Amino acid sequence: MTSNIKKIAVCGAGGTMGAGIAIVAARAGIETICYDMAAPGLERARAQAGSFFTKSVERGKMSEEDRTATLARMTDTTDLNDLADVDMVIEAVFEDLQTKRDLFTALNKVCDEKTIFASNTSTLSITEIASGCGREDRVVGLHFCLPAQMMKLVEASQGMNTAPKVFQAAWDWAVQVGQVPVETQDRPGFILNAVLVPFNNDVIRAVEAGIATPGDIDKAIKSGLGYKMGPCELLDLIGLDTQVRLCEAFYPVTLDPRASAPPLLRRMVAAGHLGRKSGKGFYDYATA
Amino acid sequence: MMHSYEIIQNGASRSFPTVDDSKGDDPKGDEFLTNTSGSGDILIYLGDVPQLQPDDTDRTVLIELDLECLGVHTGEASGTEGSDVLGFARYRNGNDAPGRLIELVRQPQSSEAAITAARQMFEAAGFDVVVALDRPGRIIDRLVRPQYNAAMRFLDDGLASAEAMDMTSRMGLGYPDGLIERTQRGDLERHYDISKAIYDMTGLAEYAPSRMSCVAKQRKAE
Ligand SMILES: NC(=O)c1ccc[n+]([C@@H]2O[C@H](COP(=O)([O-])OP(=O)(O)OC[C@H]3O[C@@H](n4cnc5c(N)ncnc54)[C@H](O)[C@@H]3O)[C@@H](O)[C@H]2O)c1
Repeated sequence: MTSNIKKIAVCGAGGTMGAGIAIVAARAGIETICYDMAAPGLERARAQAGSFFTKSVERGKMSEEDRTATLARMTDTTDLNDLADVDMVIEAVFEDLQTKRDLFTALNKVCDEKTIFASNTSTLSITEIASGCGREDRVVGLHFCLPAQMMKLVEASQGMNTAPKVFQAAWDWAVQVGQVPVETQDRPGFILNAVLVPFNNDVIRAVEAGIATPGDIDKAIKSGLGYKMGPCELLDLIGLDTQVRLCEAFYPVTLDPRASAPPLLRRMVAAGHLGRKSGKGFYDYATA
Repeated sequence: MMHSYEIIQNGASRSFPTVDDSKGDDPKGDEFLTNTSGSGDILIYLGDVPQLQPDDTDRTVLIELDLECLGVHTGEASGTEGSDVLGFARYRNGNDAPGRLIELVRQPQSSEAAITAARQMFEAAGFDVVVALDRPGRIIDRLVRPQYNAAMRFLDDGLASAEAMDMTSRMGLGYPDGLIERTQRGDLERHYDISKAIYDMTGLAEYAPSRMSCVAKQRKAE
């Protein structure tokens, strides 16, 4: 599958997801402009990409020349005007509707009229992000998984005004860079988060109800279902504050009780038990 | 500490099925059944459990549970009960062959010594053991049945194809299999039975059996 998309920009390339998406594009031979409003983030991301590709060389997955060439395909900028001639922009800025809308509206003035705008949003509507940006027909959803450079799955979705050929072009590009797209409707959380966020809340409610200890819940899920990681371990990894934010994004649009933040989750966050990043969550990492 | 156990079986056991009602052999289960001593410090009821008689021995009694709570066998009024009588079930994905996991079921005042003994006995036989409070669905079914119901509702609502949803489960969530394929493999009517049992006991909408599982149940009944 060949795509006409040869040059892209990643907005928010200094962040967690943007940095990974830029790696995915550049290693597949795509000219990649790494744009972020914060230069330090871009520097961090460049260092991260450098060491990621170094590991790829060490593992024999990439030659030293490829590493140099791939890094040379990645250009950092904090100037939106540098995105004028890209074929597609993938935004991975903060998960905030207005921020994403403002970005696409600004990009609409800067970019070529053919440029496709893709959003990596986890919870927002592609149609709502596109609304008012001036090229609603050229906006698609491409939701990568964390960490993007390791995970092949991309949830691809169309907004209500997305032109089918634009969606197809974005899909073909995803395939070309080695990802595996799956099509989903433009609904809150697409598939992945619509399944995962309520499940994780159910786990927290089970802990709160004293059904079992976090350790036994994780053990049951790993032994009984064959998951690599237990849900309490996973929640500690993604951060309990992140889970609250996901709930706050989901619940108001779905009114699904399972998507509402369980009281225990809020108490843990208030107590500073955020998971691995704070040293304590369902498990204690200080003593580990 | 090593424990010896006696097994009293009435009818089929879901935890230790015979080859006929399982999907394939169950070497671990077969071994557990044959290693019974005929008497012992643990008494295990498999299959249909008779009315429990007061037991003046102080041995641990384990009752194999299906969809019911342990309280059905021990009696329950205040919710604070507990004794030497525990429940257990070996986890199966619906009607799939059982695996290594034993969910041991306790009540608030269950004897800690009984829990320890049961755990040691199952672990010595090579099982993974977790302890769950006596609530419908124990640990796994309590957590996964709403997820399976939601996945089937997403299918009905046209969110994505079954293939896309299963691919997302495997490649995005890292599950060994897709939610839809898993529910179907475990038999949809069994999913109905489990969900319905939990729904009846909790009244929570997420356990209301999905349309697809209702269809499967109705077809089976015809
Ligand atoms: N973190 C995850 O697990 C994950 C997974 C999949 C999708 N997502 C989605 O990806 C997006 C980014 O999430 P993240 O976790 O990488 O966030 P992050 O906070 O790590 O990174 C966001 C980056 O965007 C930059 N930024 C913010 N507003 C900007 C603007 N207006 N212009 C330019 N740069 C701007 C920030 O400086 C930062 O570097 C969100 O939409 C999120 O929902 C996150």
